[in-house]
Amino acid sequence: MTKQVHLAAHFPGVNNTTVWSDPASGSQIEFSSFVHFAQTAERGKFDFLFLAEGLRLREQNGAIYDLDVVGRPDTFTVLAALGAVTDRLGLTGTINSTFNEPFEVARQFASLDHLTAGRAAWNVVTSWDAFTGENFRRGGFLPQDQRYERARTFLQTTWELFDSWRGDEIAADQESGVFLRDPHPGAFAHSDAHFDIAGQFPVPRSPQGRPVVFQAGDSEEGREFAASSADAIFSRHGTKEAGQAFYRDVKGRLGRYGRTPDQLLILPAATFVVGDTDAEAAELAHEIRRQQVSGQTALRFIEQVWNRDLSAYDPDGPLPDVDPLVGETHVAQGRAQVRMYRDPLATARQWRELAAEKGYSIRELMTEVQSRQSFVGSPQTVAAEIDDLVQSDASDGFILVPHLVPGGLDPFVDRVVPLLQERGVFRADYEGTTLREHLGLAPLP
Amino acid sequence: MPDPRPTGHLHLAVALDGAGWHPAAWREPDARPAELSTAGYWADLVREAEAGLLDLVTIEDSFALQSDDRFRPDDRTDRVRGRLDAVLVAARVAPLTRNIGLVPTAVVTHTEPFHLSKAIATLDFVSGGRAGVRVQVSLAQHEARLVGRREFPELTRVDRDDPAVQQVLRDAFDEAADWVEVVRRLWDSWEDDAEIRDVATGRFVDLDKLHYIDFQGRSFSVKGPSITPRPPQGQPPVAALAHQRIPYELVASSADLGFATPRDAGDARAILAEVRQAQAAAGRADEQVHVFGDVVVFLDDDPAAARARRERLDERAGVEYRSDALVFAGTPAELADLLQEWAGAGLTGFRLRPGALPHDLRAITRGLVPELQRRGVFRTAYEASTLRGLLGLPRPASRYARDAVVA
Repeated sequence: MTKQVHLAAHFPGVNNTTVWSDPASGSQIEFSSFVHFAQTAERGKFDFLFLAEGLRLREQNGAIYDLDVVGRPDTFTVLAALGAVTDRLGLTGTINSTFNEPFEVARQFASLDHLTAGRAAWNVVTSWDAFTGENFRRGGFLPQDQRYERARTFLQTTWELFDSWRGDEIAADQESGVFLRDPHPGAFAHSDAHFDIAGQFPVPRSPQGRPVVFQAGDSEEGREFAASSADAIFSRHGTKEAGQAFYRDVKGRLGRYGRTPDQLLILPAATFVVGDTDAEAAELAHEIRRQQVSGQTALRFIEQVWNRDLSAYDPDGPLPDVDPLVGETHVAQGRAQVRMYRDPLATARQWRELAAEKGYSIRELMTEVQSRQSFVGSPQTVAAEIDDLVQSDASDGFILVPHLVPGGLDPFVDRVVPLLQERGVFRADYEGTTLREHLGLAPLP
Repeated sequence: MPDPRPTGHLHLAVALDGAGWHPAAWREPDARPAELSTAGYWADLVREAEAGLLDLVTIEDSFALQSDDRFRPDDRTDRVRGRLDAVLVAARVAPLTRNIGLVPTAVVTHTEPFHLSKAIATLDFVSGGRAGVRVQVSLAQHEARLVGRREFPELTRVDRDDPAVQQVLRDAFDEAADWVEVVRRLWDSWEDDAEIRDVATGRFVDLDKLHYIDFQGRSFSVKGPSITPRPPQGQPPVAALAHQRIPYELVASSADLGFATPRDAGDARAILAEVRQAQAAAGRADEQVHVFGDVVVFLDDDPAAARARRERLDERAGVEYRSDALVFAGTPAELADLLQEWAGAGLTGFRLRPGALPHDLRAITRGLVPELQRRGVFRTAYEASTLRGLLGLPRPASRYARDAVVA
């Protein structure tokens, strides 16, 4: 059977993907940018808009990192406001389970789900770093090995809160004067190693019952967490084969939790460059990569693996002759991807080999390894590739990350979406009103 | 700082809560009790308030489910129960309005100042400079249990003569003052022109214009800077409701706008004297701090009709409605008389709590406002596009930018 493609749009943010130096680059903070972006995604009949989050400005070599976009709005607040300027688009927010409490997060997501008539989703992330903790009451209180345990318990606790209202408590019968059918709606009590809370949850059951849950991340714990608890997983994969392996692996874990493969969608992040022809797109893609990886950015990137200050090196020269520093402290703080390099010495070895083979400078190497776009080509080429990856179970769709705000999504919506619709693999219009319906997830009992 | 509008002009706010402040309001024929959790309900109310040119709406909130007893849950089934996060309600309504200030309640005792600072800054961005925040302390043991982060002693009432109770109050309000300080420093932690997008040097921001706030308080410390740039108003107005000395001191030390509950003009005068004295003690004598009087209102064109409606509501509720604020039932003209008399005592505006929605809100926007306009004491068009502008508050420079200039 032909699978339907799921599409979503990631508002690009504080990575070098966003080319803020481009004259077409607009504000990353003004609401008008979010309105344009969200309305474009809705015009394209996308499932949802996706917002990332970071709770401390990134630093490198002891200073705030100033080469990429800095600053973003509060996730919940901007999503609630977008609820007023969109009608069907799902609204997915990344919210940290470490620097929040279940009661607050559940109250906010239940409120958001009401205010958007059932379009809220939560991308659950965890962190442990004391660096981010310096902005919060509790600080860096969580040992690294407990973060998934706390996340799991956190999520479970919020589910108890969402489910504390069944949905039939409010009678609001003006004649009889009965507002509540149940004198104790929202009653809950939860006690475990992380949370000891009790009382009545104040938000009545929301249209979706609870928000759609996303999990981001590729680790063993992350996969297991997703298989047990998430409705969708936000991943990153370079090749079709890697995507298929991940897809098989994660979908294969669902049975253990009594779940079926259609209950967890796999939606990798993807960048794209669309041109009139494949050749034009390739040229454009090369130019964008050059903008994304300036000489300075290339040095900061390579520092993240070498874990030392390399500002004295020439980005257009050869790779550093010294080896990476391996240790507890890191030159880059507030960045999830530095943990991708689990073996910096091995990464350095691979990169040196690649640079030697191709004659790459630091900047050329970084442009190659850091910034390769997922889809590059004519609208026909991009639509065919997306369709192929979905039909061959490398994913269930993609979360698209344009390189420009606010107009970066427009070429995709204007030129690629119609071709996917012609192929019969993407909706011509929304059929449901809630995000669960867009994603093909069964309603909660 | 001088108020830019003519002497004697009043500021008007409306306090939105559920179906109105009277517990039987939800049973009125024009009430929409089944829609209290929908965006449309709140949008209609705020648009009505904006049509009346009001300065702002506040949106009530609490972590605990509503209860007739503020210190413990009740099991009543004949009252409105259940509510949404007020900041998100305000954000949802912001793009649908253009001029009115949006002042949601934030429970400071159980929240992270870092989160709320960026939330209110973002409300300011999505509303084009119309955000404020009303800070609310939580002393209830059962409310603390919902969050589970801290323990509170069980209180039954706020006894002004019990030193132990006053100490609990003192600690909670000291922490609220710290909370406001952190929120305000975070708003200032990005100078207005911190974003430079300097293509030549590759720098998006000017690091000299981003500031660590390095706040160290008794119950928390916060490093900063904010993740959100400085909001359009620089400092969205901070408001607090106050009934006695300790909260008056919070208004005086930390707020731009206090809501007080005088019983008459003499009482208003005494409250103002206390707030102004505390303001001087806090070193803010030369700053404008508005003090609004709160009044619960039941308004009809015929005074007897207003009183009869209030009595009918009381009968349905099974008990006479009482409030911390004066309860007024009468005509818009009679209310205008009262407000002008109280304004003579020095109050700069009023926060009216509609007894029933939408009836008493419409009576404010379509009855009271035209009456005040006829008397020449209320605006006939919005004269500013930000809440600070409407309140006659200047837009302050970032404290860090000021320091840099002094240095």
